[in-house]
Amino acid sequence: MANGPNVHLPKKDIAPGYTFGTVTDQIASVVLTRRTPIFWFVSFGAGLVLLMFFLLAVGLLFAKGVGIWGLRTPVMWGFAITNFVWWIGIGHAGTLISAILLLLNQQWRNSINRFAEAMTLFAVACAGMFPILHLGRPWLAYWLFPYPNTMGVQPNFRSPLVWDVFAVSTYATVSAMFWFVGLMPDLATLRDRTHNRFARFAYGIAAMGWRGSARHWSIYETASLLLAGLATPLVLSVHTVVSFDFTIAIVPGWHTTFLPPYFVAGAIYSGFAMVLALAIPLRKVYGLEGLITDRHLDNSAKVMLATGLIVAYAYILETFAAWYGGNAYEAAMVWHRMTGPYRVAYWSLISCNILAPQALWFKKVRSQPALLFISAIVVLVGMWLERYVIIVSSLAQDFLPSSWSIFQATRWDWLTYVGTIGLFLFLFFLFIRLLPMISIFEVRTLLPAAKVEEEES
Amino acid sequence: MIKPLYGLMAEFDNPTALVAAARAAREKGYRKLDAYTPFPIEELTDALDLHHNKLPLIVLLGGIIGGICGYMLQYYVTVIYFPINIAGRPLHSWPSYIIITFETTILFAALSAVLGLLALCGLPMPYHPTFNVPRFVLASRNRFFLCIQSRDPLFDRARTVEFLETLEPREVSEVAP
Repeated sequence: MANGPNVHLPKKDIAPGYTFGTVTDQIASVVLTRRTPIFWFVSFGAGLVLLMFFLLAVGLLFAKGVGIWGLRTPVMWGFAITNFVWWIGIGHAGTLISAILLLLNQQWRNSINRFAEAMTLFAVACAGMFPILHLGRPWLAYWLFPYPNTMGVQPNFRSPLVWDVFAVSTYATVSAMFWFVGLMPDLATLRDRTHNRFARFAYGIAAMGWRGSARHWSIYETASLLLAGLATPLVLSVHTVVSFDFTIAIVPGWHTTFLPPYFVAGAIYSGFAMVLALAIPLRKVYGLEGLITDRHLDNSAKVMLATGLIVAYAYILETFAAWYGGNAYEAAMVWHRMTGPYRVAYWSLISCNILAPQALWFKKVRSQPALLFISAIVVLVGMWLERYVIIVSSLAQDFLPSSWSIFQATRWDWLTYVGTIGLFLFLFFLFIRLLPMISIFEVRTLLPAAKVEEEES
Repeated sequence: MIKPLYGLMAEFDNPTALVAAARAAREKGYRKLDAYTPFPIEELTDALDLHHNKLPLIVLLGGIIGGICGYMLQYYVTVIYFPINIAGRPLHSWPSYIIITFETTILFAALSAVLGLLALCGLPMPYHPTFNVPRFVLASRNRFFLCIQSRDPLFDRARTVEFLETLEPREVSEVAP
């Protein structure tokens, strides 16, 4: 094969001028040698403080029960399930980046997939907390699984809530394994780079003796493709199953067929918002603009815009279906949302999720990290409000006006919610400090020097 | 007593040189070789003829077993162990089993992919002779290594060194067992 001049110049996934050595050293130095920036201490400290609030709120919950939350008939799902759906949706972007974009051969994913996957894991950890805390007797959470027991009872496999147990635990397990497999070669790099005996031992054990053998790499590549192929239907199924928690019920506003795709789009929407909210400060503080380039931000913003439009379509469809379906309860539900006690939340979510992101059509906005950061936060708030409105407003005003009641969140609701943000920050910044936040070996493959030049024989 | 060598290792600067060297060694007749690189190189997989592995089969079997186990678990519980009439539905209400069957399929397949990867690679393996080469730490940074093992029938200490030197490596080192 002739190696013509500039046959195919790849688009800039990373800045020019990097070599295998500098890429390795720059990413590894965040963990190994460089002094920890103040930003890390501040963020980690904030996470730790909020985590303490979480422990306080959960401690009280264990002592007194879910009554400390604002749960009163008929709104028995309140904040807990809102937060669950919100957090698990955020996780979706990580799997999308690591699995679906891998299968689609989108190489720009290589420098953001690692921390996005970490984000997935920690978001799922926060999400998983809520249904368990919401059980009433959280210490009996293992009753959710089928196991031989002296009570002689078993879970009801016809219930979407039991499907959810399987969907979320499978998702958490598969994400963790996928993440670990991706980490193995980089752990070997850290093992070989560190001068600290304890760190070498720890990374060495975790790397499992990875030595970069060609034999291993070929199996490794097969394994990552297969895992990506398995994770792809999984990630699409998780939020689908979460939406079944709602759609299988007959509550107005829940019982619709478009909820699954709408939930998945919303999940990816909020997930990419979280990716941007994390990537923009990180690349600034650690000087990684050459690896997480403007192109990454631009692409993530475009994904946000696209999924945001799907979500907007779903809102329009919801309203249309309520009017066109001729079901009095559905129509009343939409009317209540727009004009009733939750109208502020409803119109805020419309502004945050539909109106504000339209700014992303403009390249000027997409090329301004500060503006992108703000729009990501706006979307995260909007998506939280969306879940809140779906859950709370549907339950508060359902069929019988005599049983209507308005949900009032208590301080413990807020503390538990903010506390999981603390847990997320705590875990995430621990990860930033201890593990390479960018996949080193995958970034190496992006370098021009990584291409094998074929000689004409 | 001097233990026999594990093999001889040549160090290269770039993937192109390594792939060329691997091809040359295969042509020369060496079969017990391995290369060590900081990232996967597809051409190297070709050059060393490593394309076939059993992992897809393992994952397929894992998925099938997972699916069957998931379905049978639900069947056993809802029909035999704990039959309970819910809204007059048949006990064997298979449409509601689909989701958990799907989840266990994915779970078992992914578990077998990861465990299969480790098993086929022989990992975890904290000690390996290649780690004895001091410069081998660079295999996880920016250097590319080709190792001809002493169990190769064509292996001869002097002649193999001579051959490796013709490939213009940066350095040829002996790998202690």
